[in-house]
Amino acid sequence: MSDRTVEVGVFVALMAVVVLAGFGAARWRAPDNPHTLEEWGVGGRAFGNWTIWFLLGGSMYSAYTFIAVPALTYGIGAIGYFAVPFAVITTPFTFFFTTKAWSVARRHGFLTHSEFATARFASPGLGALVAVTGILATIPYVAVQLVSLQAVLRTVGFGGEWPLLAAVTVVSICTFRSGLRAPALLSIVKDVLLAWMLLTAVLMVAMYGGWSSAFNGAATRFAATPNPADGLLLPDTGHLGFLTLIIGSVLAIFAYPHALLGMLAAKDRATIRRNAAALPVYCIALGIMAMLGFFALSRGVRPADGDLNTVVPQMIHEFFPPWSAGIAYAALSVAALIPAAVMSIAAATTFTRSLYRPYLRPNASPATEAKVSRWVSLIVKFGAAALILAVDPTFSVDLQLIGGVVILQTIPTVLLGLMTRWFHRAALISGLITGLAVGVVMLYLTPRLDGTGRTVAEHFGGSSWSLGDGRSIYVGIVALVVNLAVTVVVTLVLRAAKVPSGADRTRPDDYLADADDPYMKRLDQLIDGLPRADEHPGRQREGVR
Amino acid sequence: MPAPTRSRSRHWQWLLIVPTVAPLLTPYTNRIEPRVAGVPFFFWYQLACALLAMVVITFVHLVTRGDDHE
Repeated sequence: MSDRTVEVGVFVALMAVVVLAGFGAARWRAPDNPHTLEEWGVGGRAFGNWTIWFLLGGSMYSAYTFIAVPALTYGIGAIGYFAVPFAVITTPFTFFFTTKAWSVARRHGFLTHSEFATARFASPGLGALVAVTGILATIPYVAVQLVSLQAVLRTVGFGGEWPLLAAVTVVSICTFRSGLRAPALLSIVKDVLLAWMLLTAVLMVAMYGGWSSAFNGAATRFAATPNPADGLLLPDTGHLGFLTLIIGSVLAIFAYPHALLGMLAAKDRATIRRNAAALPVYCIALGIMAMLGFFALSRGVRPADGDLNTVVPQMIHEFFPPWSAGIAYAALSVAALIPAAVMSIAAATTFTRSLYRPYLRPNASPATEAKVSRWVSLIVKFGAAALILAVDPTFSVDLQLIGGVVILQTIPTVLLGLMTRWFHRAALISGLITGLAVGVVMLYLTPRLDGTGRTVAEHFGGSSWSLGDGRSIYVGIVALVVNLAVTVVVTLVLRAAKVPSGADRTRPDDYLADADDPYMKRLDQLIDGLPRADEHPGRQREGVR
Repeated sequence: MPAPTRSRSRHWQWLLIVPTVAPLLTPYTNRIEPRVAGVPFFFWYQLACALLAMVVITFVHLVTRGDDHE
């Protein structure tokens, strides 16, 4: 039996187990009434410590990160390592902001940022705008997951379009049937496989001279390239770009619909807080993966057809024992499919709650909501697959960059909105639209340069805006600053003009509510599915109680 | 009304600024030496920040635990 046969055999066998687990997930802690959006979308809001930890690890630390980050350090060195400080900073943010978001969402039955925006700022228009922004930013994110999956499949030997479509079909059926339970269960499988892969990788590095030899080898190779920006350290002019990229990415991750969705499945506040404390374990895993880029560079691993995303799969093929390589490929593939599933559930839930129910079918029953979401999640996944099959894969990675800049513009509403209601709804809308315009125009004007600084494409060449003196700044942060400035100025003007800003439907104590809160004791009484006409859900539920 | 002891324990939340700022000090951490197990400082410093985040968040969680029930 050749090495390739062993690799492919182990890979296929593990993927079969994964698919069976995905189908079986619908029965895992099955509820009496599975046909509501609460059950399908957030697993009945009943996941405990371990499940949430795995689910978050599964959806935030995706194949895209595990493949693209080492590809970045392989290609440009220290700058590619931005993902690790980014991941570290998300953990205190999760501890602080996500507990607030969880409480208010739990009391009001929200599943999405856009519902929160509607209630907090008394503006369905703002909610719809946040929803549309979220969906537009999520689809390319799903697409880059599938690009990573394609890179793995291609290295294993399953090139072409059919293997990818088959994988998407299978995961779509699992999600359609099991909702969030499927990715939650598969995340556990993924983490076991991934832990094995990291262990193998660390042993591999030790066998080939340890980290010193990897870093020294990489340093020699970087010194040989004409690009002045690459290397083991940041160039002196690199700090501004590096730091703004980190800050922008941290804020953006909290605005993506899928990040919130995973957290809402937690059963109480303590679950989220304990998770925030344990999440840095994933940061360390990510850091090791990122350093593997240097190992690959020092050993002279060459990506297939010049596609940097194949560096990690290629390294695995060359340096892992064949059966371990099969395990690693399965880990990376599941790591692509889980976030694709969570993201498509989140986009579908956002559509159903913030566009379908308010504007198309105000009286939709919980069962109808769940049905609509199921179908929309299929559309999102196949839409993303079509995106990468129809257009050049490098273009879908650019779309992901645009998606990050786009989603950042909802920060004043969805993250600052948790802290303050000072902003005026019309000001938030004008700020969001201005930020979107500034961000997209700046991305359009950014040319793509090759290693020596020559222009190879005129537009959408990356998310770093050059300041001319060698320094650059992350476009998303510039657009967000403009957005905030517009929001503040318009708020001041509207307040001076005494334009009413509507009533806040949340109350201060909503942000502190926990699972033993009397208002949320009976989950089945949540306003989920009831018409939106109620003026004060808290009060109304008091009556029900 | 929150009891005085409770509002004082909430102040511990300010500690969360430490793991937020520590990873951003790159102008000071952008160097090769000292290495740990062959890994340059710039890289292992961030891994150390992850451990720091774990310790600080666990601590803040434990000391503010009673605060949610207001």
